[in-house]
Order: sequence, then C-alpha cells, then structure tokens
Amino acid sequence: VLKPLTALGHSAPHTLTLGNITITERFDVALASLALRRGREKDLHKAAKSANLALAEPLRAESGTPFSSFWMTPEMWMIEADFAANEDIAALLKAHFSDAASITEQTDAWVRFDIASPGLTRLTERLTNLDLASCTPGFASRTVIDHLGTYLIKRSQTEITLYGPRASAQSLLHALEVTAASVL
Amino acid sequence: MSQSNRIAASAITGQIDRSQTLRFTFDGKAYTGHPGDTLASALLANGVRLMGRSFKYHRPRGPLSAGSEEPNALVQLREGAASEPNTRATVAELFDGLTATSQNRWPSLAFDALSINDRLSNFLTAGFYYKTFMWPAAFWEKFYEPIIRHAAGLGAMSRLEDPDSYDKGFLHCDLLIIGAGPAGLVAALTAGRVGLRVVLADEDFRMGGRLNAETFAIGEQTGAAWAESSLTELASLPNVRLMPRTTVIGAFDHGIYSAVERVSDHLATPLAGKPRQTLWRIYSTHTLLAGGATERPIAFENNDRPGIMLAGALRAYANRWGVAVGERVAVFTNNDDGLRTATDLRGYGVDVVAVIDSRKEGPLLPGIRHLRGAEVVGTEGRLGLKSIKVRTGSGQTETINVTALGVSGGWNPNVNITSHHRSRPEWREEIAAFVPGPEGPVALIVAGAAAGHFSTHAALKSGAEAARKIAEALGKQAPYVLPKAEDAPLNISPLWAVSHGKGRAWIDQQNDVTVKDIKLAHQENFASVEHLKRYTTLGMATDQGKTGNVIGLAVMAGLTGKSIPETGTTIFRPPYTPVAMATLAGRSRGKEFKPYRLTPSHVWATEQGAVFVEVGNWLRAQWLPRAGETTWRQSVDREVLQTRKSVGICDVTTLGKIDIQGTDAGKFLDRVYANTFSTLAVGKCRYGLMLREDGMVFDDGTTARMAEHEYVMTTTTANAVTVFRHLEFCRQCLWPDMDVQLISTTEAWAQYSVAGPNARKLLQKIVDQDISTEAVPYMGALNISVCGGLRARLFRISFSGELAFEIAVPTRYGDAMIRKLVEAGAEFDAVVYGTEALGVMRVEKGHVAGNELNGQSSALNMGLGKMVSQKKDSIGMAMSLREGMTAPGGYRLVGVKPVDPQASLSAGSHFLEIGAPPVPESDGGWLTSKVYSPHLGCDIALGYLKAGDTRLGHRLRAVNFLINTDTEVEIVSPHFFDPEGERLRA
Repeated sequence: VLKPLTALGHSAPHTLTLGNITITERFDVALASLALRRGREKDLHKAAKSANLALAEPLRAESGTPFSSFWMTPEMWMIEADFAANEDIAALLKAHFSDAASITEQTDAWVRFDIASPGLTRLTERLTNLDLASCTPGFASRTVIDHLGTYLIKRSQTEITLYGPRASAQSLLHALEVTAASVL
Repeated sequence: MSQSNRIAASAITGQIDRSQTLRFTFDGKAYTGHPGDTLASALLANGVRLMGRSFKYHRPRGPLSAGSEEPNALVQLREGAASEPNTRATVAELFDGLTATSQNRWPSLAFDALSINDRLSNFLTAGFYYKTFMWPAAFWEKFYEPIIRHAAGLGAMSRLEDPDSYDKGFLHCDLLIIGAGPAGLVAALTAGRVGLRVVLADEDFRMGGRLNAETFAIGEQTGAAWAESSLTELASLPNVRLMPRTTVIGAFDHGIYSAVERVSDHLATPLAGKPRQTLWRIYSTHTLLAGGATERPIAFENNDRPGIMLAGALRAYANRWGVAVGERVAVFTNNDDGLRTATDLRGYGVDVVAVIDSRKEGPLLPGIRHLRGAEVVGTEGRLGLKSIKVRTGSGQTETINVTALGVSGGWNPNVNITSHHRSRPEWREEIAAFVPGPEGPVALIVAGAAAGHFSTHAALKSGAEAARKIAEALGKQAPYVLPKAEDAPLNISPLWAVSHGKGRAWIDQQNDVTVKDIKLAHQENFASVEHLKRYTTLGMATDQGKTGNVIGLAVMAGLTGKSIPETGTTIFRPPYTPVAMATLAGRSRGKEFKPYRLTPSHVWATEQGAVFVEVGNWLRAQWLPRAGETTWRQSVDREVLQTRKSVGICDVTTLGKIDIQGTDAGKFLDRVYANTFSTLAVGKCRYGLMLREDGMVFDDGTTARMAEHEYVMTTTTANAVTVFRHLEFCRQCLWPDMDVQLISTTEAWAQYSVAGPNARKLLQKIVDQDISTEAVPYMGALNISVCGGLRARLFRISFSGELAFEIAVPTRYGDAMIRKLVEAGAEFDAVVYGTEALGVMRVEKGHVAGNELNGQSSALNMGLGKMVSQKKDSIGMAMSLREGMTAPGGYRLVGVKPVDPQASLSAGSHFLEIGAPPVPESDGGWLTSKVYSPHLGCDIALGYLKAGDTRLGHRLRAVNFLINTDTEVEIVSPHFFDPEGERLRA
C-alpha cells in the first residue's frame, strides 16, 4: 500500500501556531473542478440538485453535505468533499452529472491551509489585494499571494481557507509565516 | 552645556518628553535629546547648526527646514550594513543609540578639502560639464569619467547586504486622507463619525501637521491639544485607520495610491519579525489631499549659511521641540506669516533683534525692531551665520549680528500628488503660488493649505466640506460644526530674489543652483522650464525642488519678461519623498524573490544527494551521484547507460498537463495543434506540434484521448503556463462558441517515466492490469490502478527512444511511488536519472527541446514539416507556408559528430565551410544542443544547418569564437540512436 504524504511532506497534517494565528494544513478534502458543458444549464442544475450540491454564485462559496462548492470562473466551480468518503470524487460527480459537465479531479493539485486569527485582516491585508474586511463570510475569489495563484475563501470573520498550488506548498507556507511574524 | 539651545520648559513644553533622555552621536561626538525630537531638532538643541556639505560646491550647510522638504541636512544614519545614506535629519526620529555621520566631506565636516570647488565656482556654473569635458575625446573614459564618478553623490552605500526585512500590503477604504493637519483631521472626524472607512496617513511621526508647530488656538484648546484630542477620538473609531510615519508617495491609476510606512525606523533595531518599512498599495474610492504647504525662501547673497532657515521652521523648532536655533535672531519676510516667527520666539524670551520686512506698507510689530521696505543683502559666517547685512527702506546698509535668520518668501501648496497624472497646477495671484489644477487624479479633492487655504479656519472649513461632499457621494449625510480658529490672510508681496548684492544667491540649495545659474541658462537660451531644469539641475535629487522650483521659475520669468504662469509650471513625479529600493522589493528578495515548486520525488531525491537545477520555478534532480563518483559526467553516463541497458526512472511531473474536455475538444485541438487530434482513438496518444500565429513552433508534447470528449495534453515544462494561457485565449476569445473546458492538472498527478528494456517488467510488478504490448501498444493511454487499487494513468510514450511508459498517480502518493518503483526495480538494477541524462537520451534520439524550440524555428526547420496538416485550418498553418519559410536551402535539423571522436563540441558554435573565412556571410547555421553520448563514446550535437537535409555526410567546421574552438565535424542524421524506433516499440 502506498502511503500518502501531505503537500508539506508530512505523513499527517500539521498545525502551526504563531501568536494568535493558526495555520492548519488540511489533508482530508477531495477536490474536483466542475465546468458547465455548453448549452447544458438545465441538466447541470438538475444534476446538482440530485447530488445535493449547491453551486456557488460568483465570488461565493457554498457549504453542504456531501459536497461544498466555490466559484472559480464563469460556469466553473471547485467541488469540495470529505476525502475519506469521496476519494474518487471525479467519478462520484460524474455519476450525477454525466456529460452535462466537465469534471476533473483536482484533489492533489492544491495545498489547503485553513488560517484562523482574531486579527485576520492584519494578516490578509499583507497577503492579498482582496478587500476581505468588507466581504461577508462565504466570499471566495482567486487571488495572487507572493506570485502564487491561489483561491481564498472567507469562512468567518476570523477564518479563511487558502488553496495554493501544491508543488509550492512550502513557499506559500513560508510567505504566511513571514507575514504572520510581521503582524504579531 | 548639553542641549544649550533648549528653551526652558517653563517657557514652552513642546511636543517632546523631557523626562526621558536619549543618547546619540553625530560624527562620533555624543549628544543627548528627548523622545519626540528629530535628529535635526536634537542637534540644534545642542547648538549644532552645521550638518552637511552641499552637493557641488561643498558649502557648509545646516537645516533649511523642519520637514521632508529638507535640501541640506542630509546625513548617513546608522552603521555597518544598516547604514543608510542621504537621510534627512529633519525627519529622522531620534532614538537612544542613534549614530549619524555627515557626508560628502573629507576629512571632516568643518574642514572639507573639496570646498575648493566653492573657490572654483566660476568654472563650475550650470551646464559646465556639457562644455568642459568635450575634448580631448580620449580623456573621457580614462580621466574625466572616473573623476566625475568619484566626486558625484552625497552619502555612501555600505555595500553590505541589508539586514532588515521589508513588507508590502494592500489597504481599502472609502476615503484616503493624505495629511493629518487641521484639514485632514477635521475631514477624518467628519467622515469617520458617519461610518466611512477612512485611512488617515501622515508622513510625520506625530500627527497634527502645522498645529504642532504653531501657537494657534482651535476653540478653547491649543492647536496641538485639539489635534491630540481629535486623534484620540479617531483612534476610538473602528472604521478609521490612523497611519503615522506613512508617506503617500504617489497616485496611480484607478484610485490606487502607494504609501511607505516606516514601521521600525524609530527603533534601534526592528522588533523580531517586524519589517523596517512596509509598502502599502491603497485602494480608495475617494481621496482627500490635505498635505499642507511648504514654505519657500528668498534668494539673497550667501543665503545658505547654517543658521539661516525658513521662518516657519525656525518657529517650529521653538514651538514643537523647544529649541531656539540662535540666541540672537532676525526674520526676513515678505508676508505676515513670517511675522509669527518673531512673535513666537520673542514670547519665549529669545532676542529677536530685527524683522526685515520687504513690504513697505503695513502695521509694525509692537516691541520689535520691524524694518519695512528692507531686504537682507548679504551674510557672514563661514561655518555658521554670524551676521546679516540689511539694506533698509531708505537705502542704508547695516550689519546686524545674529546667529539665526528666519526667511519667509511665502508658501507653496503641496500640489505634488495632484500632478502625478500630469495635471498642471494653476497660479493664484493673491497667495503668489501654484495651487492644484482641475485635472488631477479622478476622485481626488484637495483641501487645506494644499489647496491654497492658508488660514486655520479656511483649512478646517475646506477639510470638513470636502469630507461632507465625499460622504454625500457615498450616500451619507455628514454634518459638521467647525471650531473657532484664526483666519488671518497671508498678505504677501512677492519677493523672489534680492537684486542687491554681488555674490551668489541660492535658489535650490540641494543642487547648488543660484540666481546666476538661472541667468546663465536664460543667456544660453535654456529658457523653457524643462530645459531650465535639466541645464541647471534645478529641482532634481532627493527634495525634488520643493523649496526651490517656484523661485527658479519666478527668476526666469523676471528675465524673460513673462508672468510666472506664462513661463511654465512645475509638476512632480512619484515618489513624493525618496524610497529605499528594498522597500519596493518588499519580501521579494534573494531566494524569496520567487516561490519554488517541488516535485513529488523531491524528498526522496534529496535523501539520495541529488543535485537540483531550477527549471522555471521547479527544482528538478539534475543528476543523482553515487558513492565514488567525483564528476557529474560519471553520474550522468551511468544513468544513461543503465537506462539503455536495463531500466531508468525519471520524475516528469513538471511537464504541463492540461485537461481538455467538451464536445468540441477534438475540434479545438485540431485548431491549436498543427496536426490532427479529432481522429485520435480513445486510449491513444499522439505527439503534437503547436504553432504560433506567425508559423513558428510554439510548443510540443503528447496529448492523450482518455474518453470521447476528454483529452489530456502535455506541454513542455517551460511553456506549461504560456500554453495554458494561450488555450484559454483561444477558448474565450477566438472560438467562444466551442464547447471546451480547460483546467491544469500539472500538480494533481505525480508522473514518472520508466524507460529501458526492462521497463515493462518493472511496471508490471506494480500495475494491477496487464501491460503487455498487446494490452498497451506503443502510444497507448489508459486509466489503470496500481498496488492493489490506487487509481493511476499509464501512457506508453518515450522521450529517450527506449521502451518507455509514463505512469501517473495522485500526487500525495508520489513520494511512495518513487520509492516503490526503486524497490521494484532493484532486481533490474534500475537507476533513477535526472534532467542531464534525460537531455543526453533525447539528443541521442534526435528529439527537439527548448534549445531547438527557440521561437524562431518552424516545423520544417525541425524536420517536422509534414506534421503541419493542410487538410484543416490551424493556428500558424497559413503563415508556415509563406515562401520564405518553405524555400529550399533553409535551416534543417541535423545531427553533428566531431570527425575526431576525442574532440569536443560546444553549443552555439557556428557552421563554416572548411576553408571559408569566418565572416557572417559564411555562416551556415549553428549547433543548438550538445551532449556527450556514452553510448557512442563521443560528443554529439543537434543543429540547424542551411540545406541540412541535403548535406548528410558532409564535413564542416563548428566554430565558436567566444571560447576559441574550431572543430571539424560530420553532418549526420539527428537520430543517433535506434533510428528505426525498434526499441521503443518493443
């Protein structure tokens, strides 16, 4: 049996605490992109309903069971699910959507960091040009952090999720650590 | 006596904390000051007026101002690696242990050998270097330039790595207020109280602007107290962000402003983890510029001696810092504001011996010798002011002994940021100054002294009214009540330069530009304001002419007989004040300039002692040395030979992988690739060639059809991003009607090449399905499982020319997979090879790569012309058929071998006929890639040779003048190894 490693190279995810900032690598989320096939809007939404999947509006994320989603670009979403129960997420979604959507496994394309802090804005304002302070929970957008294309989801006033390119997980974490140190 | 010029606390407390003492040194001598002091105020308190030497003439200079406009008091702060040159002492916040040294002098500040320049001033006038260094021409490089370079500059770089860190960030607000003086504070209160998101930025470490430097009352409080209570209220508002020590340095497009926050400059060393400075990008819906005004001097003979400063600065040192710059003081003014200096100083018991007022009319100050219609026409004092010569209204001259002189020639609104979008300021006669023009940055309003409202009342009113309007524009009512404040007019009668006196009168003290220089520029017809600036250097360097520009313009206007606005305007570029390059870099320095991408086998490869090479952002194993190998060639030769002999494994995750789906995916690929993909069978892959619009090859790679409407494209590592971007452009812009969806999967899969005669045997130990040649034929592609059920992909493709597969597993299993492959390969003596061995094998096989895909080569050049299908349209197809692209005799890819197997080849060598002269006309092409082939036992190369397809077997010279090599070579087929492809189809 092949043993998996996290994006940071650990056998189990680590949590880093820097003052009142915690950075947790998440390893328990399966991801797949889901894009509308041309002219298949009705089929797509019907399938989404059958899968109990709420497709997020632009710049938003939707939580659900078993699938959550966040908006990536027009007519394209990233679907999140519990990894243990949905490891082959692309196949599971395909069963619902058939050829109404293009579905691609993305689980290991990304490193996910959940970041929590009561002073989150002081950290994020040094990382991204997004105006997170004025966004409500559920906001989701692509952004660039230290040259890295990332997706950022505001979970609450004190929590965000960051999806960054997996191969640059250590560089992204380093950027988070350095930035955190400057605001502590 | 320590701090001998500090006014007694009983007379003025100022904005300093006298209960604490800070120690610092200047040029090695120890002094003391207090929290709240600047370096300049502390030195002045200690009786030190001489702080620098001027740029060109090395004239002794002291501070002219008390702010960021300072042209003279430039010092080197700190020591060693943290040393920073050209720092203005007038804004450097004092801290315990500060070390400062003067600059641009040798051997000492008091005795500077290069002050000989001052005696040679007749030869060093404006533009002297344009005339002086013209002949003999040969002297320029060896003689003139070294001397000029040695003499140029002010401070010195430490040439050591900056020990500090820097940060960057992004702020968003409804209203950015630049400047926290009366206008800025009242605007922040007005907007903040109704809930607008306000950022209030001020370059000073103590907010309040001139209120801290004046004795005005606002309401029932002093101005400074009102500022403090306003700031206390603002600090309590969660929607208001106060940013002292933050200079807004520029206005950019779409309401974006840039600001530098000096986070740690007031500390001996930054706190752990804290940056020294932060560069902020501020996104504001509205902006209020309340940056105040800068006082300007009057030009008169020898007006640059230490002790002569702006009248507003002289009283700021007294009112804010409790410093009397001199024990005997005079004031020279052309406006009522200058009179305040005399009044304030006298109030502290300073001996104000005279007020020299150039205006003939008006009331006299009570109790002070107030000379109307008088001018200062000269001064004395080599290292500091000792006396002034005054020409009275009746024409008499008189020498008055003074140690400080305050000069006020009026005030210039700080229009700088309004002109960053090329808006030209407008002249306002009643204040004799330029005010912001109407075409400044969109959504920027100017208030307070920056808009020409010089009285406190007018500043408050304009600030509050501006905030009310902005709030209204954002849908909020923001009423305000103004506190009572002075509303006195400036009453200026312009005087730019005193006409009496024969000596030099300074206009721009930083660049040593005098009235005579302006006259010379006019005489030589450099009268345009742009020519004037460049000919004389007026307004250049760290202060950007904040104190000198308008005077220079006025003097030129006087010479031309035009009005000042007719003569020209002066505008400014970012940054408002100098910015350290490190601040612009922020966190992006050294190895942190860019992120790295690590392959799934990185940890394992590191354990093996692999040598890594940067490929884009990826770190790839270049070779993996084993014990006993002392050169890279030994490792690479072993990896190549063992792969060809048995089996080798290589991490190829870095190749771009793009998932392409949709009912039009095949048609889409037909258009972006030169060859056809819509006919590719499911379960097969095909080599594809992608052209640019101009017909040149853009990229190559294999694309597999995994299902009817699903393809997986691979790209080169280098072009992964650009190809994806290109495909998105095609999808979104060229053919938006197509049903195609794209997403990168490069990092989702860990992909390994397994190549060599034993590749199948090795993989079969891992793969759950049959991978015989019947089940997985050459160029087969299929979804499989490995190790008892893990989903995976298998592609039978070869870059090495061997029987080869690429196997992909989800990246989290990549580390386990490389270990499993090595373990399974042990019985075959499997080797893991790096990019060097990969390169050797691809050259042996004649595959093109980055060196051949150089952006200037067509498919025909590469010997792949037949791949460009003319049965369909595709990007670049039409252009690839241009006559010049297809003419016989063009470059063709060839193989190259040295005639002497012991001889070396070098990439970049050019082909010459044997006996041909080494001139461009003889150039036959060049070697693109060269490797040592352990299989053939000699260097081999690929190259582009004119008519190369007709020259197999010919002998030529490969000449490289850069390394002086000249090697006889034989032109051969580029397929050095297994030209029939029997091994890869095995």
